[in-house]
Amino acid sequence: MNAFVQHFRFELQTALHNKSLLLLYYLMPLGFYFMVGSIMTAINPFFTEAMIPAMLVFAVLSGAVLGLPNPQVEAREGGILRSYRINGVPAASVLTIPALTSGLHLLVVGLIITATAPLIFKAPAPISLPLLTLCYLLTITACSGLGLLIGTVSGNTQVTILWSQLIYLPSMLLGGLMVPANVLPPALQRVGLLLPGSHAMHAFRGLAMGMEVSSSWWSVLVLLAGTVLSFALSLYLFSWDSDNTNRRSHPLLALLALLPYALAALLLP
Amino acid sequence: MSKTVVEVTNLAKRYGGRTVVDRISFSVSEGEIFGLLGPNGAGKTTTLECLEGLRRPDGGDLRILGTDPVREPSRLLNLIGVQLQSSALPPTIRVDEAMKFFCAYHRVVPRFDLLERLGLSEKMKSRYQALSTGQQRRLSLALAIAHRPPVVFLDEPTAGLDVATRAELHRLMAELRQRGTTLVLSSHDMAEVEEMADRVAILLGGRIAATGSPRELTATGSGLTKISVHATGTELGHFSGVARESRHEDYHIYYTAETGPVVSAIINRISTTGGTLIDLRVERPSLEERFLELTTKEAC
Repeated sequence: MNAFVQHFRFELQTALHNKSLLLLYYLMPLGFYFMVGSIMTAINPFFTEAMIPAMLVFAVLSGAVLGLPNPQVEAREGGILRSYRINGVPAASVLTIPALTSGLHLLVVGLIITATAPLIFKAPAPISLPLLTLCYLLTITACSGLGLLIGTVSGNTQVTILWSQLIYLPSMLLGGLMVPANVLPPALQRVGLLLPGSHAMHAFRGLAMGMEVSSSWWSVLVLLAGTVLSFALSLYLFSWDSDNTNRRSHPLLALLALLPYALAALLLP
Repeated sequence: MSKTVVEVTNLAKRYGGRTVVDRISFSVSEGEIFGLLGPNGAGKTTTLECLEGLRRPDGGDLRILGTDPVREPSRLLNLIGVQLQSSALPPTIRVDEAMKFFCAYHRVVPRFDLLERLGLSEKMKSRYQALSTGQQRRLSLALAIAHRPPVVFLDEPTAGLDVATRAELHRLMAELRQRGTTLVLSSHDMAEVEEMADRVAILLGGRIAATGSPRELTATGSGLTKISVHATGTELGHFSGVARESRHEDYHIYYTAETGPVVSAIINRISTTGGTLIDLRVERPSLEERFLELTTKEAC
């Protein structure tokens, strides 16, 4: 317990000393929120109705998908993970503690957005705070799982950026963050269902904002299954050392984490 | 008879198609300091990393106090302390924080006394990134022994250390041995290994070329003693019993197996020819010479 507390406290402080993490956890989501909030609410009234979920999902994509993988890859490349291993730090702690601290930073950002959007931008408040919290936590865990998995299988930081952007950019375009997903062509709507951002938006809209969305609970299930699979695969494929590639299996096995999203894209109405 | 603590039997490790460690075997007894010597790429670090559980061997059997590093990694953690050749800590971690952090994982009380002993007391609040290379290595050593492990692996422990810290480290190693700790070290520093190690294995091309105590190893070489003489006002020339000779600056250097008679003959010749003896040094064969002898033979 003492080790967990020490590790957690250290990881939490690390983000506060790391300019890139501060940028991804706080400055980028909050800056984007204030900027987009000022512009989009004036030109697109549909944006305002789902502004809170959209900005929450954006915050999670920045923090978890862009922010989580790099520190893991850098620690592995720099030999930090080797030091952890010889001193008895378990792989589960190396993976989950950064995810937990990142989740804590994202909760702070989420709180700021949810509390200020109705006041500053006249955005509708959620109809259920507990369901909003549930959706937000699930979005954080699903995206953190993918972030960790990217960090686990990437050999270097360049590859990390590539994989992160493959989730981040399509989520921004097809996830229903800027424009409602139902105005997109049906084929693109299907492609959007391959991404956690789209399911997060479905869940938020239907459950927390009271909008008419048919598959909200299915999206919750998809996010939950994605979380479990991505964390399990991260642990299974975890490697301490970039020189010593004794992984249990091929890194491409990580694609299995997208299975719930792929099934959703095929089967959901 | 002392207990065997580290046992390596036919250890083999390959990277791709290249054999780095080729079926080597050795054992280390309790309270012994065992040195692994060898040129770069000889397989020293790979051997240590297999023992530390960081690399999976391709063949052979390893045991540390009866524990298999590959199959029982969690049991191994409290048995060994490791100072890696290449490792790092998070750049923003403070020295005292690192001690607390790793001691918490080993479930022991933080050993701030070790930090003091290794000259890091003034750096307690400094971040890892602000430490010099020598300070980082001292911290890494303190963390390796903080949980009082019975076996300690040190990979190039004195690389980057100043003379005073090196001496302190040697004292610490001697103390650890006295308390029954077994130390396995790899080093490029022949003098250090010769001074500290009870037994040595010289690795060449992934194989053990020679093993034994430093004294035994030097005795199995050419066994020639080096006599260096600086004299003025005389021409020294040749002496019987000298196997080979050379010159270095003002010194005549003779290599011989008959040290006493050759030294007497040198002094005799200087006094009979009216010369002046400025300096005379007699050096027994060193581990370094034996090492060079072996590596030269391997290269040929």
